[in-house]
Amino acid sequence: MRSALLGDAAAYQRFLGDVAPHLRASARRGCNRYGLPSADAEDVVQEVLLAVHLKRGSWDINRPIGPWLSVILRHKLIDQLRRRGRSVSVPIEDVAELIGTEENGEAEDLRDAERLVGKLKDSQQEIVRSISLEGKDVRETAERLQMSEGAVRVSLHRALKALAGFYRASLDERGEQ
Amino acid sequence: MKTDDLIHLLAQDSQPVRPLSRALKLALVVALAMPFAILILTVGLRPNIAEAIYWPRVEAKIGITFLAAVVSCLLVFRIGRPGVSVRFTARGLGLPVALLAVAIVVELFVLPSGEWPSRLIGKHAAFCVTFIPVLAAIPLLSFLWALKEGAPDNPAFAGAAAGLAAGSIAASFYAWHCPDDSPLFLATWYGLAILGMVVIGALAGRRILVW
Repeated sequence: MRSALLGDAAAYQRFLGDVAPHLRASARRGCNRYGLPSADAEDVVQEVLLAVHLKRGSWDINRPIGPWLSVILRHKLIDQLRRRGRSVSVPIEDVAELIGTEENGEAEDLRDAERLVGKLKDSQQEIVRSISLEGKDVRETAERLQMSEGAVRVSLHRALKALAGFYRASLDERGEQ
Repeated sequence: MKTDDLIHLLAQDSQPVRPLSRALKLALVVALAMPFAILILTVGLRPNIAEAIYWPRVEAKIGITFLAAVVSCLLVFRIGRPGVSVRFTARGLGLPVALLAVAIVVELFVLPSGEWPSRLIGKHAAFCVTFIPVLAAIPLLSFLWALKEGAPDNPAFAGAAAGLAAGSIAASFYAWHCPDDSPLFLATWYGLAILGMVVIGALAGRRILVW
């Protein structure tokens, strides 16, 4: 993660890939414990990854990363519970003990992500789909769309921020019901 | 979309990020420079500051507001970081409050009770409760801007902390101008102005610091 913060994309992808199974195990157990359908766990994982990405500047590189991840996971688990119309507090111990365990099992498709990507602007959707579904990188995407790499980067970053915003909005809608 | 696809997507957006600490340091510089400049360019220091600085009431006023500003800034620097406890720092806010309580008790002992109301109301209460928020506006905005980079577990609480820090910084500068020196005045009108900033900060935080 330290080299990822300096802009090393490969290291960053490795880090996210390593941490995802731990997050998944924790999210599944969290969902079980609080009576959420286990399919929700993958949505939580994906929201946590997005938050880790957008808020990675809030991790102090001199501190261990575990507690930072635990709190983000708890925060997003609580968000998911609120979306389901539940209001509970999740003791940090509940998620802290879980980070560090790993669970086998394939990642399921992310239903929420798919729906929310559909709400992005067309140009952003195109970039997001090109990179995520087709596995292209920024350069290839830029070539195909005849844009500069810089423009693709900016657009991608805005798209990710917008996605996080859609999650928040979906929280407000359901929270007010 | 599968999680692996999302990870690939995120990794492609791997530009180096500005650390939260750098945003906060920048915000702090602005939050200190602007109220100082505004104070100096408008009302200035009190004319007799050179001698007043040795009066116990003025020392208490400057010391307590300064301490409140320091502790509340420490709180703002910790509150946007998941996994960093703010409990100890938040308790530290009791320190300026306790000092203020002591100052009030001493004031009540040394002043005849007939003078209590006039000291509490002071001469410039209305100016105090308007000017402190004026000085605090830019600090609040800059702290909120910096905290947007963070991930506070409780956005309203983080906004309130930003308001408290902004209000305390403003108060600690205004204290160098203010001719009302009684701890009774300090607790009432400075307290009211800072409380207003805390409420504004909490309301703003609830809206803009969610993540």
